[in-house]
Amino acid sequence: MAHLSIAEALRQGLREEMARDERVFCIGEDIGIPGGWGGAFTVTLGLEQEFRARMIDTPISEAGFFGAALGAALMGLRPVADVQYSDFLFCAMDQIVNQIGVMRYMSGGKVTVPLVMRAPVGATGRGAQHARNPEAIFYGVPGIKIVCPATAYDAKGLLKAAIRDDNPVLMFEHKSLYGSKGARAESGALDASSDIPDDDYIVPIGKGIVRREGGDVTVIANLLMMHRALQAAEELAAEGISAEVIDPRSLVPFDWELVEQSVRKTGYAVVVEEGPRTGGIGADIAATLAERCCDYLLAPVARVASPDIPVPFAPPMEDYYRPDAARITRTVRQLRDALPA
Amino acid sequence: MSASVDFQLQLYRTMVTIRHFEERVKFLFLEGIMPGTIHQYQGQEAVATGVCAALRADDVITSTHRPHGHAIAKGLTVESIMHELFGKTTGCCRGKGGSMHLGDLEKGMVPAIAIVGGGIPVATGIGLAFNMKQEPRVAVCFMGDGATNEGTFHESINMGAIWSLPVVYVIENNLYGASTPISQTAKVAHLADRACAYGILGVTVDGNDVLAVYHAAREAVERARAGDGPTLLEAVTYRITGHSRRDPCLYQPEEERKQALEREPLCRFATALLAAGVDQVVLDAIMAEVDAEIEAAVRSAIAAPDPRPEDALDGVFV
Repeated sequence: MAHLSIAEALRQGLREEMARDERVFCIGEDIGIPGGWGGAFTVTLGLEQEFRARMIDTPISEAGFFGAALGAALMGLRPVADVQYSDFLFCAMDQIVNQIGVMRYMSGGKVTVPLVMRAPVGATGRGAQHARNPEAIFYGVPGIKIVCPATAYDAKGLLKAAIRDDNPVLMFEHKSLYGSKGARAESGALDASSDIPDDDYIVPIGKGIVRREGGDVTVIANLLMMHRALQAAEELAAEGISAEVIDPRSLVPFDWELVEQSVRKTGYAVVVEEGPRTGGIGADIAATLAERCCDYLLAPVARVASPDIPVPFAPPMEDYYRPDAARITRTVRQLRDALPA
Repeated sequence: MSASVDFQLQLYRTMVTIRHFEERVKFLFLEGIMPGTIHQYQGQEAVATGVCAALRADDVITSTHRPHGHAIAKGLTVESIMHELFGKTTGCCRGKGGSMHLGDLEKGMVPAIAIVGGGIPVATGIGLAFNMKQEPRVAVCFMGDGATNEGTFHESINMGAIWSLPVVYVIENNLYGASTPISQTAKVAHLADRACAYGILGVTVDGNDVLAVYHAAREAVERARAGDGPTLLEAVTYRITGHSRRDPCLYQPEEERKQALEREPLCRFATALLAAGVDQVVLDAIMAEVDAEIEAAVRSAIAAPDPRPEDALDGVFV
């Protein structure tokens, strides 16, 4: 049993999968340069010493190497494509949405695309273009599974599940949760480290988890927001409100059963996301809960999200932009206060 | 290099198959029998035929929104293509792909990528996989002249070059991107001149001369298979049909069109074969066999049952 950060757990997961299956390889920018960074957040640090031929450093050509990853996947390899910031996914958007997401379908289900894409998200003092939470944009794209680990245990387990999955899987990782060290350490980082079992394990894609049990309100949150939700739940407990925190872990497929079960128990639901409110994940969760368990909801599903603006730079503005525990607690209180006792 | 008569007759058969297939499809389409849209290959037959003749069965091609010719030349059956155009589950993509996404990986053809330039990174990755797996296979990326102005052209060929990948990038320069002439969208005299930007060999060939295409492709494929990296092979040709359905090509100047029809690859190859001593009877027999095959495919495609609407839900994920 080792206690690892997300960056270390992902690195260990990659190392184990590459050792287990020689078809697995990494492709991306600055991922395997000896003396280099090991990717933007140290995840692949040192892997080039063990797997020189399977750490493919690319030019700064996101559309090029995402498409190349697709071509390699079609030929039976299992690429893990790494983009430095999720904002750069847009440079490769045609390859991801028009090619990777539909190739199996338009072949009539004859080809498989075992392809993992890793992308760091989160507003972290870098202004508007290294800061997005674009999960919702991809959430509505058919043909791509999406996972969002909030802990090191889940990061490793979901990564392994993604690499073994025969479908394209997009993994969003949060810059504030990596626990990257040295020159790549993030200011304001949270501790998302976990005890990692020595034995091989996966976290199944599509399965959420109850992070904290509670009976009064269901708070649904992933990535950094899951940690904020736990913080909020702690504060609410002091006020006598028992919040159940659910981390869906995967967005596609989504563990509706787990969320629905909780909402049937609590009658209240708050969805927290770091991305913009309009067209967000929260909108879809609210609509789906209304369809699935409207009779159990004592109030409309509430959304905590960022305003519909680009990510600002100045720290006070960025803090205002990004949802925090205080906004979650405020929203929960308002939700419950809206009802007659 | 010379090619045997039998081999040349194989090339001729492929070209006739493409031409007659396309003419038949056009008719079916104009009759309103065939659904969807079509981007046809008449006039460009020598390119797909010459390039694919230089490939082995396990080599892999990527294609474009104009894939009928590539599919036939790479060995998909006329029947499986025709069924796909009719949207039948018996088609090569079980009715999920249609005209613009023809393909069959077992025949070495990735489902065609109909976003201009979208297939160039994919072909590059196929070459990367061949290198990593140390398999002596080659990837061919078919693209139109229009794709050479996409960002993926630059990104992908650069990667193919720096990694010396076994890829042949084939530009089918039919002089028009939809209705816009290439002279208006590129300054270079030959699109293959762009190869120097990547430090690889660029070759321009008469894309209406099937043997010239074949020989140039064979050299490029051999270089690729030997580990000597990619080639940018430009085949200059002409689209003698519309860009897509019901395009009357009013933007093609009459004189240019007239000259292009004189250089049209199928008649030109037939004339050369006759001059080399092949009997017209032999060519006629090939045409008759091809036509019979196409008619049988049309009949069986029309007779094949439509998919169940709800079959649309299958095949997204494994």
